[in-house]
Amino acid sequence: MQAQAAATTPIMKPFVTEARGAVAPAESATKLRVRNLNFYYGGFLALKSISLDIPEKRVTAFIGPSGCGKSTLLRTFNRMYALYPEQRAEGEVIMDGENLLTSRTDVALIRAKIGMVFQKPTPFPMTIYENIAFGVRLFERLGRGQMDERVELALTRAALWNEVKDKLHQSGNSLSGGQQQRLCIARSIAIKPEVLLLDEPCSALDPISTGQIEKLIDELKEDYTVVIVTHNMQQAARVSDYTAYMYLGEMIEFGPTDDIFIKPKNKQTEDYITGRFG
Amino acid sequence: MSAIGSDNSVYIARKRRNVVMLTVSSLALAFGLFWLIWILSTLLYEGGSALARVSLYTQMTPPPGADGGLLNAILGSLMMATVGTLIGTPTGILAGTYLAEYGKQGWLASATRFLNDVLLSAPSIVIGLFVYSIYVAQVGHFSGWAGSIALALLVIPVVVRTTDDMLELVPNSLREAAAALGCPTWRTIMLVTYRAARTGIVTGVLLAVARISGETAPLLFTSLNNQFGSLNMNAPMANLPVVIFQFAMSPYENWQRLAWGGAALITLAVLALNILARALFRKSA
Repeated sequence: MQAQAAATTPIMKPFVTEARGAVAPAESATKLRVRNLNFYYGGFLALKSISLDIPEKRVTAFIGPSGCGKSTLLRTFNRMYALYPEQRAEGEVIMDGENLLTSRTDVALIRAKIGMVFQKPTPFPMTIYENIAFGVRLFERLGRGQMDERVELALTRAALWNEVKDKLHQSGNSLSGGQQQRLCIARSIAIKPEVLLLDEPCSALDPISTGQIEKLIDELKEDYTVVIVTHNMQQAARVSDYTAYMYLGEMIEFGPTDDIFIKPKNKQTEDYITGRFG
Repeated sequence: MSAIGSDNSVYIARKRRNVVMLTVSSLALAFGLFWLIWILSTLLYEGGSALARVSLYTQMTPPPGADGGLLNAILGSLMMATVGTLIGTPTGILAGTYLAEYGKQGWLASATRFLNDVLLSAPSIVIGLFVYSIYVAQVGHFSGWAGSIALALLVIPVVVRTTDDMLELVPNSLREAAAALGCPTWRTIMLVTYRAARTGIVTGVLLAVARISGETAPLLFTSLNNQFGSLNMNAPMANLPVVIFQFAMSPYENWQRLAWGGAALITLAVLALNILARALFRKSA
């Protein structure tokens, strides 16, 4: 496999040019177009001129060693960094022709279109039903019946309905870790976003819950553009259509997952994938 | 052959230290409980008979030697504590919210926090004298309002501090999760952060109520006392702590009985408040 990769591509290609060249997968429309994105934590440059095209209704995975900037990149897409005054981003993240970083659009509206699920499950201190209804009420006025339907739909979509339908009015904290994470996914999709950002959604979960979430991700891409950050390369290989390998704030390689895992163009990517990193 | 057996010297030393520390901890616990139980049992023993009499709750404070109760003092204390809490709680919660949620950077928050800590540890008699000089001396008479202001000034720093601390304890991931749904900051605070911190915040308010229900010094200079049953907040007002103070110091046996009764009453009321809060939150949690 490595021999094959070595045979088809020159290994020592300078990766900087590789990084600047955004990959636009031809067979799918681009949902998020990232261009020359720099990100600063105070004075520290955490993302260096990132460019890539996130394809619509596909699963894109960001992989790379800890501290490479993959979560940081994810958090620029919904301007999560704006909660912290010392963090700032420059460059372009374009969705529907609008640069999200400089847009005058209320950040709340951007975040309603671009949902996010975090590493640790974060159920709100309220009932399971209210956890879902909370986000919906921010943007829609629904009657009791419509809200019940929406809650059921979101929980069904997140493969949680059968487990919680008899205890909708119990606290969200009473659920297991895996259930809580699916509740958080349900909460995000209840407000009908277009993009779903998953920041290491399985790293706090056991293998069975992880399997359930991965199956869910596979179903979600029918309707949503999914971007997942993961430490687990097998997970990236299993769930994603496209994979981006990042290292020290740079985009080293981005392409179809099969290509990245079977015949990576870049020597660094290959070393990381095959576990010969460092 | 492993060196680790029941005769291992490190293991034995650790066991020995464990026994010593456990003994010291138990003694400290017993020491604390001893005084608490002594206080409670003395209060109940001395004040029990006064507490059991209906007249304590239905009659006004009597002249020396006559029969009477504490009705005017109970009502006065309830009214001033209520008004004090009503003024102090919203102010304290809002200020604490500013400190924890908005004022993380900047000198204003750290200066406020520092001054609040000073206020928190200020002797309550200073608060009483302060209200005396800015209010009582200006209007020319003691009043229930003045007492309420003094009590509010005692409530505020306690509530600010606990609100600030309890909001700090709410994990940031919860705020981020709400923000990620497109929730504006103020709504996140109202619907998520407060809810996550409510047990702590309510406990803070109850602590403040407990503190002001026994405060004597600030009321001596503000509401003073009133031996008649007056519900006029603009006139001097009777209250349990000052009545206890005056009656306990008096040579009259019936006044001393009433002072014991009042002391037991305050203590039991505060105890009941705490038990109620715990019970409520155990159910909701």
